[in-house]
Amino acid sequence: MREKNRMMSCEEFQAQLPELIGSGENAAEHEHIKTCDLCRALLADLETIAEAARQLFPVVEPPDNLWDQIESRIKNEEGPDGARGRVPSGAVPHPQ
Amino acid sequence: MVGNIAEAEDLTQEAFLQLHRKIGTFRGDSAFSTWLHRLAINVVLMQLRKKGLSLISLDEAMEPAPEEGPGRSFGAPDLTLAGAIDRLALERAVADLPAGYRLIFILHDVEGFEHNEIAAMLDCSIGNSKSQLHKARLKLREALRAHSQQEARL
Repeated sequence: MREKNRMMSCEEFQAQLPELIGSGENAAEHEHIKTCDLCRALLADLETIAEAARQLFPVVEPPDNLWDQIESRIKNEEGPDGARGRVPSGAVPHPQ
Repeated sequence: MVGNIAEAEDLTQEAFLQLHRKIGTFRGDSAFSTWLHRLAINVVLMQLRKKGLSLISLDEAMEPAPEEGPGRSFGAPDLTLAGAIDRLALERAVADLPAGYRLIFILHDVEGFEHNEIAAMLDCSIGNSKSQLHKARLKLREALRAHSQQEARL
């Protein structure tokens, strides 16, 4: 029982933090945060960064002629007789 | 993601070309939007690799880095960002992130995708997406604190 109520260390708390934040739980309500200045400051900073990120990199509209350029490159690739470029076998987009 | 409008336009063209080439291979295993995103992300990653800018590949970013574990010290509370972030400094810090971290940070925090969507796009687990995002934010915090300390000295 005593073990159960033992205060969580910063290390233990921070190990849980990605899951705690990522699952949408209110990490600020966590027992450890209420008593630990360091972890409270860390959490506040991470929230500030996530908040500030929403204002970053405003959406840039592509120029009007971009689609024309894409179309002409596709036509070039198809060649004069309209044959499609060769598709590599089993080519499924994948990050690696 | 590449930090340059002209390059972003070139990559947009390249993504559409790839789409045109590969559309026949789409089998409906995932949503078309996920498939298309994956394709576009591939185009960007290829470009980053070509430029040698991928200091950490997506694979590496997806693997746990023990030296960046949670046991590290986070410094004294009086060195926090105090709720105010210099936007330019943050943009610079994001640009300096290793590509894998930058990708997840931009997808989640800037573009607003959920972890399950990112996991599907990058073919990783949801837990992985959460932990990589956390590491990306920790790296940004470090960079921003270094920046504000530098500013304070000036």
